[in-house]
Amino acid sequence: MSNSIMLDPTAELDPVEKQLLPRLETLSGATVGLLDISKPRGKEFLDEIEKHLVEMGATVKRYMKPTFARVAPQELNQKISVECDAVIEGLAD
Amino acid sequence: MNQSTANRITVVIKKDCPTCALIEPVLAELVDEFENRIAIYVQDDPAFPQSIRVKLDDTSLEFSYANKIEIVPTLICSNDEEELGRTVGWDKSEWRQLTGLTNLGNELVDFKPGCGSKTQDPGMEEILAAQFEKDLLQARKVELAQSEDEIEACFDRGWSDGLPVVPPTVVRVIRMLKATNRAPDEVIGNIPPNNLPCTIEKVAINAVLAGCKPEYLPVVLASVEAALQDKFCMHGLLCTTYFSGPVMIVNGPVIKKIGMNSGVNALGQGNRANASIGRALQLLIRNVGGGVPGGIDRAVMGNPGKYTYCFAEDESDEDWTNLAQDRGYERTDSVINLFAGEGLQAIVDQQSRAPESLTKNIANSLRSVVNTKMYGAADAILVVSPEHRRVFRQAGWTKQDLREALYDNLMIAGSEVIRGADDIAEGMPVKFKDKLLNKFRDDGLHIVTTGGSAGMFSAIISGWVASGEKGSQLVSQKIQ
Repeated sequence: MSNSIMLDPTAELDPVEKQLLPRLETLSGATVGLLDISKPRGKEFLDEIEKHLVEMGATVKRYMKPTFARVAPQELNQKISVECDAVIEGLAD
Repeated sequence: MNQSTANRITVVIKKDCPTCALIEPVLAELVDEFENRIAIYVQDDPAFPQSIRVKLDDTSLEFSYANKIEIVPTLICSNDEEELGRTVGWDKSEWRQLTGLTNLGNELVDFKPGCGSKTQDPGMEEILAAQFEKDLLQARKVELAQSEDEIEACFDRGWSDGLPVVPPTVVRVIRMLKATNRAPDEVIGNIPPNNLPCTIEKVAINAVLAGCKPEYLPVVLASVEAALQDKFCMHGLLCTTYFSGPVMIVNGPVIKKIGMNSGVNALGQGNRANASIGRALQLLIRNVGGGVPGGIDRAVMGNPGKYTYCFAEDESDEDWTNLAQDRGYERTDSVINLFAGEGLQAIVDQQSRAPESLTKNIANSLRSVVNTKMYGAADAILVVSPEHRRVFRQAGWTKQDLREALYDNLMIAGSEVIRGADDIAEGMPVKFKDKLLNKFRDDGLHIVTTGGSAGMFSAIISGWVASGEKGSQLVSQKIQ
């Protein structure tokens, strides 16, 4: 039907599949961040998660985004990446 | 006698040009004089002219394009280093001067204008640019197999919003880019959600996909710049579970220049500019930003406007400010405004002839934005129809009068809308019980006019539930 050439409308930088970061082998002794995205009832949900993580030997640090509607400020991302080995983002709804 | 310093002569001609045919004897004289130092390029028929034995085939137009030939015949005189001069058409004195041959073309008339070069045929310039300017575009080229259908290939590669797109061929993209002076490799910004850098070229490619004419590109570019304003919060808007997407309202002279619809069915189908400009931004966010429904776009239902939601304002009443003026621009400015919104809800009022009555009715409908018990949550656009505007204008009201009257009509006692009130669990937090609330935050209600001249129907475009500083605010961008 054709042998035409088209120009790629995508960013091209996107790899075909995104690779996950290496996983933690154990939670014991690890510092895990819990990021509350500021939606209602996020605190109760993350309190429960924290309890389980502590039982597994992890140290938990809590963080909060100023508003769920906007991406986390870069300072907050950097703070978490410096202070934690892993982070769990408390999505809601 | 040859008195010119030129030692090389180049002539570009085509058979389909009476002037080129006229100068055939002149070409013969030049061949005799300059022998192997003359090159005659023929654009259409390499056999023409018959009396000249040595001529060069330029049916590919490569030489003509590279040397910017606009008219045939063109005579170029040069020495070993550089071009010394050129003339177009047949002008006996100029040809004699440039060649140094004082008796050249003795038998001919003094002057006969030439014809357009084949490089100037409609659409040819972009075709030749695509062929001969390899470095013009940077985007990855995707070569289709012989068996592939172009439109299906775009679907297969995930470039579509679900409707067919216009295949972004090199020629189409070059044609699109001609509508701007901005360099194709200029980065316009990082497109959310992946925040990947986006060039003017990528915007042009997506504008082609969306079905834009090149003359729409400046509006599309302004829409991208508006969407990238921090206040608009495009990232959050894309990711939300809520219905909203970008709604575009265009103001100013550009509306008529590119033929946008601000009349009958302005928010509906049928106008190419309205439809494709709104679609281009959505496709750019999908393709460059990586914002794909079901991926990071988590809308519970979305809304049909996420294909495209773009219209122009009716600016026929000079005493009624347009949205751009409300945002601080002049009426003579062309501006695109972006609002995080969804849907369209009708407000029918065929009885009110007094502005007070009409305002109250409109306010009652506006209370339903998000739900009737949420105040100050979502912004909204009130779309006033021309007939409703007439009711206000005949009573001497300005838009500001309407805005103030709506404000007064949209107050409510907090106790009526707190959670639990009216046996409805949803509502405002109990702390607002003793407060007086307005339906909209300050600067949260915008008023525009569009639509056909018959019909006493206005409408509401409800905003994102995360409006204001915590989420998205209406943004405006001047169209260059």
